[in-house]
Amino acid sequence: MTPQEIYDNLKTKFGDAVLEAKLDALQPWIRVSELHMKEISLFLHDEPDFKFDYLMCLSGVDYNNGTLGVVYHLASMTHKHKIVLKAISPKDNPHVQSVSSVWGTANWHEREAFDMYGIAFDGHPDLRRILCPDDYPGYPLRKDFKVPEFYNGMKVPY
Amino acid sequence: MGILSYKFETSNVLITSLDSLLNWARLSSLWQMQFGLACCAIEMMAASASNFDIMRFGVIPRATPRQTDVMIVAGTVTLKMASRIKRLYDQMSEPRYVLSMGSCSNCGGPYWEHGYHVLKGVDRVIPVDVYVPGCPPRPEALLEGIIKLQEKVRNESLAKKTVVK
Amino acid sequence: MTETRVLPTNYVTKPEDLKTSSGRTIRTDEMIINMGPQHPSTHGVLRLEIVVDGEIIVDVIPHIGYLHRCFEKHAEHMTNYQQVIPYVDRMDYVASMNNDLAYALAVEKLLKIEVPERVDYIRVIMAELQRIASHLIAVGTFGIDSGAFTPFLYAFRDRELILDLFEMTCGARLLYNYIWIGGVSHDLPPTFVDKAKEFCKYFKPRLEEFNNLLTMNEIFVKRTANVGVLPGDVAINYACSGPMLRGSGVDWDLRRDDPYSIYHKFQWDVVLGKGEMGAVGDCWDRHIVRMREMEQSVRIIEQALESIPEGNVQSAIPKRIRPEVGDVYVRSESPRGELGFYVMSDGTGSPFRVKARAPAFVNLSVLPEISRGAMLADLVLIVGSVDIVLGEVDR
Repeated sequence: MTPQEIYDNLKTKFGDAVLEAKLDALQPWIRVSELHMKEISLFLHDEPDFKFDYLMCLSGVDYNNGTLGVVYHLASMTHKHKIVLKAISPKDNPHVQSVSSVWGTANWHEREAFDMYGIAFDGHPDLRRILCPDDYPGYPLRKDFKVPEFYNGMKVPY
Repeated sequence: MGILSYKFETSNVLITSLDSLLNWARLSSLWQMQFGLACCAIEMMAASASNFDIMRFGVIPRATPRQTDVMIVAGTVTLKMASRIKRLYDQMSEPRYVLSMGSCSNCGGPYWEHGYHVLKGVDRVIPVDVYVPGCPPRPEALLEGIIKLQEKVRNESLAKKTVVK
Repeated sequence: MTETRVLPTNYVTKPEDLKTSSGRTIRTDEMIINMGPQHPSTHGVLRLEIVVDGEIIVDVIPHIGYLHRCFEKHAEHMTNYQQVIPYVDRMDYVASMNNDLAYALAVEKLLKIEVPERVDYIRVIMAELQRIASHLIAVGTFGIDSGAFTPFLYAFRDRELILDLFEMTCGARLLYNYIWIGGVSHDLPPTFVDKAKEFCKYFKPRLEEFNNLLTMNEIFVKRTANVGVLPGDVAINYACSGPMLRGSGVDWDLRRDDPYSIYHKFQWDVVLGKGEMGAVGDCWDRHIVRMREMEQSVRIIEQALESIPEGNVQSAIPKRIRPEVGDVYVRSESPRGELGFYVMSDGTGSPFRVKARAPAFVNLSVLPEISRGAMLADLVLIVGSVDIVLGEVDR
């Protein structure tokens, strides 16, 4: 299916939850509402025409304009098509619905996005830090992150 | 050398012979703790494989810190790992030595500038005896580091060090 | 032929059946065992929190992050896209050429540039040589995990020959910084093609020797067959890739199904696990997939060496890298699986966001699923068969 067909299908089924799309980019992407992520993912996973059963990558992004985003790269092993979904939420209270019940791999990816950016995933079974220590101050990959001077008695900067 | 180090007043023939014997025994069998953290661990493994063969120097990898003399810290030390390294160092029994292998454990390596989770050098938590530079150091460089450590052990003494005025 | 192993749950006596001779039943309880960050068999700094009931594993909780080296933060602060390549090397330090290749492909797609044909051939030869070197480490350390020390020495002996080839080309043994955006850093030296052909001729009988030593060894088969079985649909749901996915019988190889570079010009087979010694998708299947992939890599290298064209390898390297605003995700087949880079540019010379999708990170997340019901000694082998490299898991 072409990205235009995927976008039209999603728009007819979900209406307002599908916000915008850029289909002429190098890799066409569709922006969806972050609070309807789970139902859209279930639809894309189960529908026989789409069958997006492989979540290639889930990344958090700090857009440096007061918003944080999550980018999903989906692929289908049966139909061999790919699509990119983006969910953007404000930086002061970032919430995105979790898709870890649809694709098992999203579990660790969402924990990493939470660890690095502080994006809270609603419905995640075990949302805690995965790479940094549990008591690390701040969310490191945000653009306004300041490196702490000392951590547990050890000097952090060079 | 523990409780007997630098305790004797004069360096007589008995002490020097004992020194030589003890030092020779210690440097010929420096058992290392298998402690590879990152890329330098692969070069450490290559050093113990058949092309470079670190075992001919008496260095055997042991799994537990209680049975080892030298801890080769090979790889980047992160903040999360630093407390574990300190604990492992405390568990080693004396005489114990630390060899810091690679730039990451010497001084933070390529991650010195923006590494918010990297400890800039393992000597911020434990005392280091020999530094081996490189990223990663060749296995020959690690062997040179072991030889330097052996030199250091060879010069230890039970007698007190005096300053010649 | 060895008999298939019965799964351990059939052997376990229930606690209520355990009675002393005086008729008294005993109380049993679960225990949490910590396989700590420093452990000779965890392939690096990985911590596993294991909940056991006697000897049978009930749950495994992996804790990672002990080697988190802030790769993505460094990538954002570099003033040039080429400067990120040494950091990319150090992610999966065992297969460093493949990392360089994946990142270079991603940025080249963003810049929309084409590389000369000679560069493509050199990249494929280097990537396949690196695949052999990486699989040799994987099978060598897998042998150590199961108690066999000798195959490790044989694997490293052969790996030194590959490292000699790399050192001849770019000067480094482990972390090369060789494949640059738009080309490669040095052209092949004049004697490279002959030496590489010599290596291919030398290496093929070595694989048979290795198989006799380890893969077909009855003790090894008994320890790895029917252990850590990963069903195909679970593997797809958890986005496993590489030998983990192919060992479970799923026919998926990115070099053929989502092609990049010039892999379409060569003839080679995709190796699948067929359950020859036990269930499909057990540890033995993943091991034999790695062994046979090495043979296929030698085939690709020989074909590439025959038809490598002449050319200038540095003609397409851009003087100034300033992509237009946009983002791209490109994936490639590294020895561990699907290595992908999501590169986002904001129009300036330094990257805005670089996310590395590491195959070992994703493959490791399936560990709790496949090790329930195994015994404690099997867990070491299951972790070994996933073939993780902690630099990639933690980035």
